[in-house]
Amino acid sequence: MFWDWWQNLFVDMSSINFFNFSFLPRYGYAVIQGVEYTLILSVISVLLAVLPALMLAMMRISRHKTVRCLSGAYIAAFRSTPILVQLMIIYYGVFSVIRVPKFLIFGFIDSTRFIPGVVALALNSSAYVAEIFRAGILAVDSGQMEAARSLGLSQAQSMRLVILPQAVKNVLPALANEVITMVKESSVCMVLGMAEIMFTAQTIGGSTYISIGPYMLAAFIYFAITYPTSKVIERVERRMRRGDKQ
Amino acid sequence: MGTNNDYIIYVENIVKKYDNGRTVALDHCDLKINQGQVVAIIGSSGSGKSTMLRSLNLLEMPTSGKIFFKGTELTSKKIDVDSHRQKMGMVFQHFNLFPHMTVLENITMAPVILKIQTKQEAEKSAMKLLERVGLTEKANVYPNMLSGGQKQRIAIVRALAMEPEVMLFDEPTSALDPEMVGEVLDVMKELAADGMTMIVVTHEMGFAREVADEIVFMSEGRIIEKGTPKQIFENPKNQRTKNFIDKVL
Repeated sequence: MFWDWWQNLFVDMSSINFFNFSFLPRYGYAVIQGVEYTLILSVISVLLAVLPALMLAMMRISRHKTVRCLSGAYIAAFRSTPILVQLMIIYYGVFSVIRVPKFLIFGFIDSTRFIPGVVALALNSSAYVAEIFRAGILAVDSGQMEAARSLGLSQAQSMRLVILPQAVKNVLPALANEVITMVKESSVCMVLGMAEIMFTAQTIGGSTYISIGPYMLAAFIYFAITYPTSKVIERVERRMRRGDKQ
Repeated sequence: MGTNNDYIIYVENIVKKYDNGRTVALDHCDLKINQGQVVAIIGSSGSGKSTMLRSLNLLEMPTSGKIFFKGTELTSKKIDVDSHRQKMGMVFQHFNLFPHMTVLENITMAPVILKIQTKQEAEKSAMKLLERVGLTEKANVYPNMLSGGQKQRIAIVRALAMEPEVMLFDEPTSALDPEMVGEVLDVMKELAADGMTMIVVTHEMGFAREVADEIVFMSEGRIIEKGTPKQIFENPKNQRTKNFIDKVL
């Protein structure tokens, strides 16, 4: 009994199915576009998140309690709910009221799906990036602010000219890591029919009846993008730390 | 009995409490400083001397009491502290140079941003100041390339670039290697000789004795004794002052 089950397991689930990439000649172009879509989506989302995140971070360290709590609530809400839920609420809630005009971005991206998706990812990302910025600002020695203030600079001038340049340099690696996270997280956008890597894999699977191969390829692609990039960032980070020592 | 207008700095009954009043850093202190005077604040660590100095330009906001700078009450809510801080240079124990700026940028940043000088004027006067401390060749390097003594001399120049009327020094030589203490003290002596009003928190008793016009001894947040270096070092009246002087000399 057990042996029958065991042997059938390997017949049903042969490794050939896992590595069946016979769809590639026909769908290779679609896969490449899917990769481009994912990269554009994640990079733009994080870039859009930077400014709101900076604002949230400043609010988070404000002297006024209401301002602090406002930013804290935003960060808590976006970090404590699944990104898929946020995506759905923003797409079906916010963007059923706001109509996005239909046009193509870079010649192959449908704006009516891309823009709501980017907005959702950026809103989510800004909560995480805000915490990155906050840590970066707090990591700057308090003596720097005191020195700037003692010269007669205002709080805002000291922030802009002395604290932020040092904070931003410190958080660049963490920001790059956020892009990597976003490359993976952006796969949730497949549910809206955004033609990124996962959606492309699903479409290929549906039309060729090759069920595992496309997803295996998607996994390889995600890995090939994120793993080497994170190693490069690690190396840059180590070098930066060495540079800081005097 | 002068009014607060007669003094460049006039401190009236200031108290500073931390942790909702559980820790008292300054306990009803008064201080009167004349134009051109060099005052050294001495005392063991935790005696409140740094808090006193940092209160003078409101890096620490006193819990109560008043601080006047040239007759203007800084502790008043209506005052724009930033414009008064421009006239009070400050030098820190850990230098606090801006690491992302060159030496020249460190010095010229504040006067240019605050529109006191144009960039050209600021650079010209910065080079003059650098010449005074013998560091012209370091103008375009970053602070991490400097020794501790050089950093502190640059920090003094950075404060002087704002043409302050008072210079506050918060243990300026405490973080330095012993062989570098001299070069910083020399710059400070020169400054004192030029007539700058200086308030120096220091552990350098030799410097205090030689340069200061008045010594203020603090302990447990109180000013215990004030006097000329001769009085304090040779003939202290208070027993606590006596104990401290015996220990450090």
